[in-house]
Order: sequence, then C-alpha cells, then structure tokens
Amino acid sequence: MAMFERSRALPLLCVVALLIVLWFGAALAMNWDQAQALADDDAGWTDVATAALSLDRPLLPTPDQVASEMFRSVFDYPANSPRSLLFHAGVTAWAAVLGFAIAVVVGMVLAIGIVHVRTLDRALMPWLIASQAVPVLAIAPMVVVVLGSIGQTGVVPKALIAGWLSFFPIVTGMVKGLRSSDPMRRDLMRTYSATDAQVFAKLRWPDSMAFLFPAMKVAAPLALVGAIVAELPTGAQAGLGARLLTGSYYGQTPQIWAALFMAAILAMLAVATVDGAQALLVRSRGGRL
Amino acid sequence: MTTLVLIVSLVVGGALLVLLARGERFVFRMATPVVFGLLVLWLWQVACTGYGVPLVLLPAPSQIGAGILSHLPTLAADFRQTFLRAVIPGWAIGSAAGLLVAIALDASPFLRRGVLPLSSLVSAMPIVGIAPIMVMWFGFDWQSKAAVVVVMTFFPMLVNAAAGIAQTGAMEGDLMRSYGAGYLQTLLKLRLPSALPFVFNALKLNATLALIGAIVAEFFGTPIVGMGFRISTEAARLNLDVVWAEIVMAAVAGSISFALLALVERIVTFWHPSFH
Amino acid sequence: METGRPDKPDHGEHEGRPKSEQSDAAPERSDARAVIEAHDLGVTFTADSQTTVALTGVTLSVHQGEFVSLIGPSGCGKTTLLRLIADLEQASTGTLVVNGLTPEEARKRRAYGYVFQAPALYPWRNVARNVMLPLEVMGLPRAERQARAARVLNLVGLSEFRGRFPWQLSGGMQQRVSIARALSFEPTLLLMDEPFGALDEITRDGLTLHLHELWRRTSLTAMFVTHSVLEAVFLSTRIVVMSSRPGRVVSVIDSDLPRERDLDVRETPEFLALAHAVRAALREGHGDV
Repeated sequence: MAMFERSRALPLLCVVALLIVLWFGAALAMNWDQAQALADDDAGWTDVATAALSLDRPLLPTPDQVASEMFRSVFDYPANSPRSLLFHAGVTAWAAVLGFAIAVVVGMVLAIGIVHVRTLDRALMPWLIASQAVPVLAIAPMVVVVLGSIGQTGVVPKALIAGWLSFFPIVTGMVKGLRSSDPMRRDLMRTYSATDAQVFAKLRWPDSMAFLFPAMKVAAPLALVGAIVAELPTGAQAGLGARLLTGSYYGQTPQIWAALFMAAILAMLAVATVDGAQALLVRSRGGRL
Repeated sequence: MTTLVLIVSLVVGGALLVLLARGERFVFRMATPVVFGLLVLWLWQVACTGYGVPLVLLPAPSQIGAGILSHLPTLAADFRQTFLRAVIPGWAIGSAAGLLVAIALDASPFLRRGVLPLSSLVSAMPIVGIAPIMVMWFGFDWQSKAAVVVVMTFFPMLVNAAAGIAQTGAMEGDLMRSYGAGYLQTLLKLRLPSALPFVFNALKLNATLALIGAIVAEFFGTPIVGMGFRISTEAARLNLDVVWAEIVMAAVAGSISFALLALVERIVTFWHPSFH
Repeated sequence: METGRPDKPDHGEHEGRPKSEQSDAAPERSDARAVIEAHDLGVTFTADSQTTVALTGVTLSVHQGEFVSLIGPSGCGKTTLLRLIADLEQASTGTLVVNGLTPEEARKRRAYGYVFQAPALYPWRNVARNVMLPLEVMGLPRAERQARAARVLNLVGLSEFRGRFPWQLSGGMQQRVSIARALSFEPTLLLMDEPFGALDEITRDGLTLHLHELWRRTSLTAMFVTHSVLEAVFLSTRIVVMSSRPGRVVSVIDSDLPRERDLDVRETPEFLALAHAVRAALREGHGDV
C-alpha cells in the first residue's frame, strides 16, 4: 500500500491509460455519424463501430491510426524524402535550433550589458518587460514576407522568428540571474577590490546559471513554436508547420495528428536536452546548481 | 543629409539617455525608457523617409499612423472577431477550467501525481498546432479559435494553481486542524486565498498566450475577418501598412489587458510580500 | 508525577498500566481536575525504512490551572508530545486522554488553543479578522465574533491595532495576536510550542511577563514547550525535563515560587535553586546512554 502511494510512475501510467481509453471512446462517438453514413443499410452496429475506428478521413483518428501513420511516415520513406515525417521534423528542428542558439547568444550579451551599463538598464529593460504582453508571433508573416522580398527565404526568416520568441525569456531570466547574487558575497568581492569583470566571472556568472537553465527550458519549446508558426504564412513546402497546413487543406486527419505528435516529441527532446545539460553542470558543481 | 541627421540624433539622443539614466528619482526612471522609445521612433522615421525605404520593406511610423487611421473600420471588425469573440471567452473558460481541475486534483494525491507531470509536459508543446483539428471540429469561425485558446490557457493555469494550492504552509494547515475545520472550510479560508498569487501569475501569462493563440490559430484559416487572418493575407499581398496597424492594435490590446490584470492583482493580493 | 487513576475511561485505547516513577512527588490535590492524562505514550516515525523513536514511555498528568513547561534538548520529542495532545500526531503506543475525551474528540470540540513557533497569521486578513478566524470556523454569529475579538485583543493590549495587517506589526506584536487568536474561543487548555523562540531577549522578557499575567488572570491550564531554562522556571508551576532522543521524561520538578511573580523573582535564591535543578536534570537527560 505504501509503495502504491509513493511510486511516481504508477499514477502517470494510470492517467495515460485512462486517457487512451477515453480517446478511443471519443473517436467512436465522434466518427459514428460518418461511419453510419458510409455503411450499408444492413450493417449492424458492431460493423459501424469497427468502421468508425478505421475511417480514412475520421473526425478523430484513433491512437492506433495515429501511431501507424507516424510509423509509416517515419520508417517507410528515406529521411531526405519530402514524404518522410523525419524530413519535415528535421527542417523545423534545424530552424528552431538555429534560432535558439542566436537567442541564447544575443540574450546573454544583452543581459550582461543591461546589468553592467546603467543606461541600457533604464532605457531598454522596461521595454523588454512590456514586450511580454505583446503577441510577438503576430509579426511572423510580416517578417517572412519582408525577408522574402529581399531574397531571404528558407531557414533564415524561420530562425529569426524562433530566435525572437525565445530571446525574451532568456534575457529576463539572465538579468534576474546576474542580479541574484547574495549581497554579502558581493560585499566580499568589494573587500578584495575586484574589478567588474572579475565579479562577473567569479560570482555573477555562476550564480546566474540557476536562472539561465529554467529560462532555457521555457525558451527551447518557444523556439520550436516559432519555427512551426513561421512556416505557415507563405504556405511553406517543408517543415512540421507546412505538414499541418497541407494536412488540414486535404482533410488528412491522421497526417495532422502525426505531425502534432512529432512536434510534441521534438519539444520533449528540447526540454530533455536542456535538462541533460543542466545535469552535467550540476555534476561538475558537486550536486547543486 | 539624412545620414547626418541620423548621426546627430543618435549622438544627442544617446547623451540625453545617459544623463537621464543617472537620475534616481521616479520622474527620471519613467523618462528614460520613454525618451528611448521616442528616439527609436524618430530615427526610424528619418531613415525611412530620408532613404526612401519602400513601403513593402518597412513603413515609416507616420505611414503606419496614417494606415491605422484609414483602416479603422477593418481594425474594429478584426478586433471584435479575434479579441472579443475568441480571446476573452477562451481565456476565461480555459483559466476557470484549469483552476477547477486543480482544486479537484487537490483531493486526490494519486491523480495529482499523474496529471501534473503530464500537464507541465503538455504546456511545453506547440499547442497552437491543434488549430486545424479545432477547425475540423468547430468550423472555420471564431469557435475553433476560442477552442484553441481554451486548450492553451488550461494547462498553465492548472500547473500554477496546483502549485499554489499545494504550497500552503504546514503550520497554517495545522492551525485549521486544531480548530476542527473541515476540508471545505480549510480550502475556502486558507488554501485558495494563499494560492491567489499563483493564480494571478497564470492569468497574466494566459492573457498573452490567449492573444497569440487566437491570432496564430487564424493563420490556419478563418472567414474573411480577424486579426490573424488580416495579418497573414495582407502580408502576402505586401500591404504592410495594414499589417503594422494590426500589430500595433494587438500590442496595445495586449498591454492594456496585462496592465488591467496587474491592477486587479494588486488590489486582490495586496498582502503578498512582493508588494511591500 | 501521577499514576493513572483506574476509574478514568480509556475510550477505546489499550489500557495503560501504572508505572513506577523516577522521582517522588507529593500527592496531588484530589479536587483538581486532570485535564491531560498520558500513560506510557510512545511515538515511532518510519520514513523510507528508517525508524525513529521520538517518544517512549511518557506518563504524565496535568491538572486544571497548572502551567507546565516541557524542556529538553532538540529532538527530545517535546514538540511531538504537544502535537499528540493536540491530535496533530498519532501515538504509536500508550493512552492519552484530554478533558476526559480522546485527543481527536477534544480537538473537534475545540478544547484547546494552539500557539506555534511562528505567528502563522494570515497576511490577507487584518489583526481583528485573524483573531476571528477560529470563531468563523466554529460558525459563531458575527456580533459575537466581533465582541470576543475585541475582548481578547484588549487582553493582550493590541486593541488599537485591530485594523492593521500582519506585516505592519513587529514580530512580538504578531506573536501576541497569535496568542489572542488562541484565546478567542475561550479554551480551557493552551498549548504553546516555543512561542517566543524567534524573538529577541528584550521582547521575550516583556512577552513572558505578559503571558504570566494572562495566565494568572484567567483560569487557563497551559503547556509550554521551551528551550529556555529561565522561561520555564519563571512561568511554570511544574517543569517536565525530557531527555534526548528517544525522548522520555527524566524528571518532574515542582515549583515553589509564589503564584504572583514579576521579573525580579529571577534573582531570588529559590529561583536559582530551581534553575539549578532543571539544569542538572537536563544534563542527566542529555548525557546518559
């Protein structure tokens, strides 16, 4: 009984199992009308039920339909074919990774500037905070189109949008982190007459890691969202966003769902990578961030 | 000539900013970002008009302003479709649902341990992607966009509210126990009030997510009105002045919502240490 | 120390056998009601296959109108004992009777008020509403709640602060509000767990005197957990000294100080003798194997 109450995997498995059961039930309910319309007049309701769970263009595909579509589109085609889901995932992931990298570099540099240069802090920081209330993604179509008109297509606009989205949590997190040092420790540095650069390298930078990693954990999935959304406006040919679009134009529901799940897997990978990097850092620091 | 004006403005503006940044009083702290914003607008205007930057690349602020004025009816219609019909109801329903589920989960630690990790996982995923599915289920109109917003706002509220309800102090909980207070009394008098700062955190976060969600959901297809629709179609036609006008409107709407929420938060959770 | 009186009902717990005690005590006045009776109480905690014996073989009686201090080194189980009486913990062995009821029934009938180490005031309620909290829980009508709150705030001398919020008060004042809150529903028993531990010495002195006068004026029975020998000797009619883990009662020392005391009593020879006895007992409990 105690093990039942304390295990961590068991509740998760139970909830997932419950969700899958509910999913099948919902698929049955939602696809029923279509299955019934397509069935012969003398079909019994078990026939309709089976049909409802295996329609070509269901309103709600069943878990196994999504899973088989995913397997098909991942394993049945070579990875560089535009029919392969992996290909599209790669295109999106590449843009997201690029954008994230830009965001991290620019974000860190800007944060260091804000913390050390008072003018930047007073003039720029309020705008950064205010911008969190602004729907940044709304700019995506414009950026794609404008860059397209000067000849920049492909990964550049996508990376820029992904970077723009993930930039803000990184800057705000980093600024907070650089300022989070214990006042007593800062005073100690002052008694050593340490220069700003030394204080930064020996105190602020290590202290900021505790804020940088959670910020990156938020920013990484955001970069992915940015890359996907950036693929929408011009009816892009490749990428998960494009896949979602074509799926919705042609009513290929399993394709939509497969693309969504692939995006979810990428997001989980992104977060897991940040977690992994954090674990490495924690180990090199003797157990705590 | 233009270059000269730009350089002079940059130098003068920069010097002014450095001076203002020295000041400690509130008026200086307010003035510095404002002056910075004005400086950016000025440089932008001069560069665009001076260098003859084509409208399709980057309109000048004056052109954007003119665009806003001349397209007011369109802007209003788009605002109604997106903000009033999709954002607000979606945000309200999603947040309320998240809060209710968080309260329900509080009663069952087993379910909570299963649902919460799943929720934080889901909230990291690109939920906007469910837009085409919502369109299939709810049609092209605002209902599908509101549905997307509901799903997007549900999870952050669930995670935050659950954290807020769980963090009630052990001592305060023991106190209620010592009064023989029942579950409901303890929930209403202790755990919900102390969870309010977390709830407001999620409400503010959700306000931004709701606006983004509704706009991006419209990128996937919508009847001929809506902020997202307007932005994506007019951008494709290179009518950037309308696009900018919509973006400005979205930014203003987002900022005002956020400020209103922050105000309500201050009134309701005046007691939280972060305010004094 | 008292042996248990066999005709007291046990309410379903297994029976306790009278234990021989370690120190002789004069026979108790038979007209004083026993408010708390503990027989052979023991508490064992298990966490992750580690067992900790917090309390063992505690037998104790507390009578109406007494002020009993529990003193001992950290981890001696004095707080655990208090929490047992308050039904905030469950005993593993032994019996415990509070006001003739099981601890759970006593709690449900609001037989006692509890004061924690920290004020534990609700920051969103002002002083008056904080004091009224238990009265609300008990469903008293508003007029009566306000009358009682006014009365009890007057008792602790904080009437003018009724509209203030907790963060606007000093630590000592917050703790006084906490005591007022514990008294607002007029319990017969007051349980206090190191209530002055977090305060500076000058404030402590004032509050200790204040508490003493409060006790004298009402007919409260009080149990008071403390680290401080001076506090214990000053406030109590009886001092229970406990040993380090596993906690058991080392000795019980009756105080022969007059019922009416002021802070100067701390310099009288009787006081010093008592303090000496307490310290000797503490050493005995701390050092033995």
